[in-house]
Amino acid sequence: MTKQLAFIVVFLVTVGIFIYTVSRLVSYFRLTQAAFPVKDIAQRIKVTFTVAFGQTKIFRRPVIGLMHAFVFWGFCMISFGTIEIVLDGLLGLDKSLQGLGWLYVVISGSGDIFSWIIGVFITAFLIRRLFLHIRRFEGIGMKHISHLDANIALVLIGLLMVTLVGMNAASAELQRLSPGRAAGYYPFSSCLSGLFSGAGDQQINNWYEVFWWLHILIIFLFINVLPYSKHFHVFMSIPNVFLSRLDPPGKLPNMEQVTREVKLMLNPDTAFASSSSEPIIARFGVKDIEDVSWKNYLDSLACTECGRCTSVCPANITGKKLSPRKIIMDVRARMKEKGPGMVKQGKEFSDNRSLLRDYITEEELWACTTCNACAQECPININHPTLIVDMRRYLVMEEASAPGLLKVTFNNIENNGAPWQYSPEDRLNWARDLEMNVN
Amino acid sequence: METIRIDVPVMAVISARGEKPDYLYWVGCAGAFDDRYKKVVRAFVKILTYLKTSYAVLGKEESCTGDPARRAGNEMLFQMMALQNIELFNKYNVTRILTTCPHCYNIIKNEYPDLGGSYEVINYTEFLAEKITDGSLKIGNPLPTKQQARVTFHDPCYLGRANGQYDDPRAVLGALPCELVEMHRNKSFALCCGAGGAQMFKEAEPGNKEVFIERTEDALKTEATIIATACPFCMTMLTDGLKYKNKEEEIKNYDIAELVVQALQI
Repeated sequence: MTKQLAFIVVFLVTVGIFIYTVSRLVSYFRLTQAAFPVKDIAQRIKVTFTVAFGQTKIFRRPVIGLMHAFVFWGFCMISFGTIEIVLDGLLGLDKSLQGLGWLYVVISGSGDIFSWIIGVFITAFLIRRLFLHIRRFEGIGMKHISHLDANIALVLIGLLMVTLVGMNAASAELQRLSPGRAAGYYPFSSCLSGLFSGAGDQQINNWYEVFWWLHILIIFLFINVLPYSKHFHVFMSIPNVFLSRLDPPGKLPNMEQVTREVKLMLNPDTAFASSSSEPIIARFGVKDIEDVSWKNYLDSLACTECGRCTSVCPANITGKKLSPRKIIMDVRARMKEKGPGMVKQGKEFSDNRSLLRDYITEEELWACTTCNACAQECPININHPTLIVDMRRYLVMEEASAPGLLKVTFNNIENNGAPWQYSPEDRLNWARDLEMNVN
Repeated sequence: METIRIDVPVMAVISARGEKPDYLYWVGCAGAFDDRYKKVVRAFVKILTYLKTSYAVLGKEESCTGDPARRAGNEMLFQMMALQNIELFNKYNVTRILTTCPHCYNIIKNEYPDLGGSYEVINYTEFLAEKITDGSLKIGNPLPTKQQARVTFHDPCYLGRANGQYDDPRAVLGALPCELVEMHRNKSFALCCGAGGAQMFKEAEPGNKEVFIERTEDALKTEATIIATACPFCMTMLTDGLKYKNKEEEIKNYDIAELVVQALQI
């Protein structure tokens, strides 16, 4: 009874903190702009199953990808066990899902096997981060805190697995001592049950309780640390994949408000026909955090800073300042900085800083070739190039700021209909004196 | 062997006669003005003539699709160009458009529909692969070089990643009497040549290497004698890369259309 009460209190505190965090994030999302309408649900479900649950994009790096996939699939299976722990705690029961019969054998058995696999792989990930020099974990935007964040997440996951193995080993030993007690199947952890040899029933049960409490308390801690960590990825990546941009990767979104202006310019007669009810857009393109779309912000919350995008970026590979990962990280950091002020004082709030220039420099933006390698590589379908182009749109259309040669190119396109300075009259010169052999 | 003169059909003339060609061939600015790439356009027109395809070009009426402007952030200029081009397409009742430049292909196919211009857009690699499959394009002749050529193909970003077309260019090259070798970064893993996103028209940002050199090194590692490209910008970049590496004598950069013409000996 005391255990049940204690659990309910801890559970409510956890849920309360989590709801507070989520409500803050929702208020930040309210500051963002529209992206695309979320339709084609069938296609979205398909993408979620292939890219998220199937882990297809992470396999583009086969070895480390397979390790990640096992950790992900393991988390999925172990989460059934977590649901059981919460039910047990709230209802004051023990192994409340055991009535599921053979399904319970699958849940407990796979959970046990995966706790070992995850434990081993997480240790490998931690060793890799601490002692091996992995190029994509370095570079612009990766500060000390980024590495600390990653290592804390890995240690927490490691502790989760250790406590789970402890619980399972105790259960297995209880099963051995008195068949019929402690339900479930623990094929791997049972090999550790010898650690409890000589201990009495009560003592083993106490150990079980210790591991049980440690495990669930770390989970509750983990849940409330995640939203402030890059590892928020754990919660946000599946929704982010479901909400992927479904357009062909090479397609840039159209700016409707520009279409209206251009049509007016090309055909002034329509000036009076167009309705004036459309909202006036404050700004073309993206300058600061209130200009980004909800999808850009979601991308930034789902990003786990793996750096696959940056490692394939042609600009980054050749020593330029651009790092697609940093662009996404900057969105999250800027929202964290400016979001609270805007939530309190409204969109007019200014701190005399902006995403452009204070976080992302023009040099970074102008280095992009829009080759889409970053978006292709991202395991959770983050789209970097559209955001980069949106920031270029602000620079060009609001500030008339672009590298000098691009301004010349714009002039050429406008005046001669070609990016180079040639006369349209010469457009067919290539076809002169054209002959071919006939056999 | 005899030679015939090709008079490239122009839309305004054909249309005035009350005829409508099957395809509009969109030449693109590089095809019109880049001396090296003009040869590619001439090669493709030879193939169209060889296949007796009904087509026409816009000639002096053609202008920039707006791609470099849009990717450099000048949405206003892009939409002006696009809306004018769409008006032109509609004037001639265009339904099917052939392209050689992947940037033109991507923007007309994927981005013009948002502005009211929806057409069937076919890239020449797709077109050639289809003609090979249906048997109308038979390439039986050996390449003029004595040894078998070793060819590596550089995927253009706007054909590959942007539009998922990895197989058609390889199918065309596969029909040629040559050995196809892949670079270690190929298909969706391919490295950009460095020219996309309007980079072609500006100086590269400061760094420690040019992207085109990094990509040329990928190609050199395959020990290919021919680098095949399918994009005017990639061609400029990789040809420059070969010059930079002093390899332009031993290794040649050809467009897929030129290799087909060489094999057909037309």
